[in-house]
Amino acid sequence: MSLRFEGVSMAYTPGVPVLEHIDLEIPPGEFVTIVGASGSGKSTLLSLVAGLTRATEGRITLDGRPVEGPGPDRGMAFQSPSLYPWRTVERNVAFGLETRDMSRQARKERVAWLLDEVGLTEHAAKLPGSLSGGQQQRVSIARALARSPRVLLLDEPFGALDVQTKEDMQLFIRRIWRDLGTTVVMVTHDVEEAVFLGRRVLVLASDPGRVARDLRVEPPGEGLEVKRTAAFLAVRAQVEDLVRREHRAHLAAAHA
Amino acid sequence: MADTTLVSVESPPVERAAAPRVKLLKTGVSRRTAWLLRVASVVVPFVLWWAVSGSGIVPDRFLPAPPEVWAAFTEMAASGDLQSDLLASLGRIGAGFALAVLISVPLGFLMGTVSWAQPLFEPIIGILRYLPASAFIPLLIIWLGIGETSKIALLVLGVVFFNTLMTADVVRQVPRRLLDVSATLGAGRARVAARVVFPHALPGILDALRVNAAVAYNLVVVAELIAATSGLGYRITRAQRFLQTDKIFAILIVIGLIGLTIDVTLRVVRARVGRWSA
Repeated sequence: MSLRFEGVSMAYTPGVPVLEHIDLEIPPGEFVTIVGASGSGKSTLLSLVAGLTRATEGRITLDGRPVEGPGPDRGMAFQSPSLYPWRTVERNVAFGLETRDMSRQARKERVAWLLDEVGLTEHAAKLPGSLSGGQQQRVSIARALARSPRVLLLDEPFGALDVQTKEDMQLFIRRIWRDLGTTVVMVTHDVEEAVFLGRRVLVLASDPGRVARDLRVEPPGEGLEVKRTAAFLAVRAQVEDLVRREHRAHLAAAHA
Repeated sequence: MADTTLVSVESPPVERAAAPRVKLLKTGVSRRTAWLLRVASVVVPFVLWWAVSGSGIVPDRFLPAPPEVWAAFTEMAASGDLQSDLLASLGRIGAGFALAVLISVPLGFLMGTVSWAQPLFEPIIGILRYLPASAFIPLLIIWLGIGETSKIALLVLGVVFFNTLMTADVVRQVPRRLLDVSATLGAGRARVAARVVFPHALPGILDALRVNAAVAYNLVVVAELIAATSGLGYRITRAQRFLQTDKIFAILIVIGLIGLTIDVTLRVVRARVGRWSA
């Protein structure tokens, strides 16, 4: 019972694979971060799980059922919060709940609970345009969580935020993960973030994208101060070297 | 002064930058000035008109003075002609514009959302919209006679093509990401169309309607100048026959004011619907 990739390949143009032969098993409740140079197909990988893109070969299964399109068992948030600008915060969060035959009362309670969980209760009636970037991203994550997905997919969700907000959001998403026990798969270009949040860090190689390294990470603590410990910095440096090597290889391939 | 330091803890005083002299872009105008300018924009031409017509440089027959125009207006209003002509014109605009909207908005929505609709409809509409609607008047009269149908058809022709293409453009501007997100939230195609694409496009659709309402408004007068027995355009042709320039002026002012009212109404609706996009 988990998220599985079985020989998954993906090519937007025939003959030019973006991802090649990905075999991967992500058990329930894991927090996986994915880093890799540009061209490694990180975002494509998430898009495949979300069902927004179809694999050209192989298959992805969630709890044994093959992924054949988008579905509410997989919630997703992107770098741009992509909220419905004409809907208030609470109606944004409610969007996914409006499709089910769910009573008004139950929906209201669910939305209230989610807004409380992401700390936005007092902003419930506001339009997204009046929120800060970090708040918008919280709404986007709450909306993705509305239907209790088995997997939460995050595509560089904090990439556009300033450093302080980003660190707040890192603690936020970890708390969400702890509270809900959902599997989280997060793509990021920030190695520090990947090592800080992920209990498992996948480093992707480029041209074509494949899993170059699958690391278990056990940081010596919870708070942001962990980022300054020798153990953390050592892992971070190791991952950065891997990513850099792939980046150089990608550039060399592009110029060849 | 051998006492040089590399690191200065105290920052030197910053010179206040001189106020920029050139103000071509984003020049601020106070609210009061803006209102004064708006009033002047209407009052100055009016005063000029009054002055020129009162000076006697231009014969009264060509340029009637405001009081004569007012007299002509009250006379037409008292006889009931003005009201019935106004109703006739507005009725035609209402019918023609509504029909055009009923065709163009769904068609534009289809072109913006369904992949085969764009290549199928765009070329022909692209050609048709460059044909001046008023050039169709003779043909419409031959086909549909000189009754109401030909006038309404003219309005539809003048509005429908532009409005279709403008609607399609607005609909296409819905961000890809928003559609992706909606799919991951379990929304099917119909729901995405109704709950995501339509609300996102609505302010833009209303913008297009506002532009094209002005077109319809212009065309109804043109239609009535040719072959009509009622309407504001018809009233102008009648007045021309008897050299009643005062009546023509009065009708022109009525046309302008009604047009302005339509525009302001649509603006208010647009501002309310599109609060989020401001």
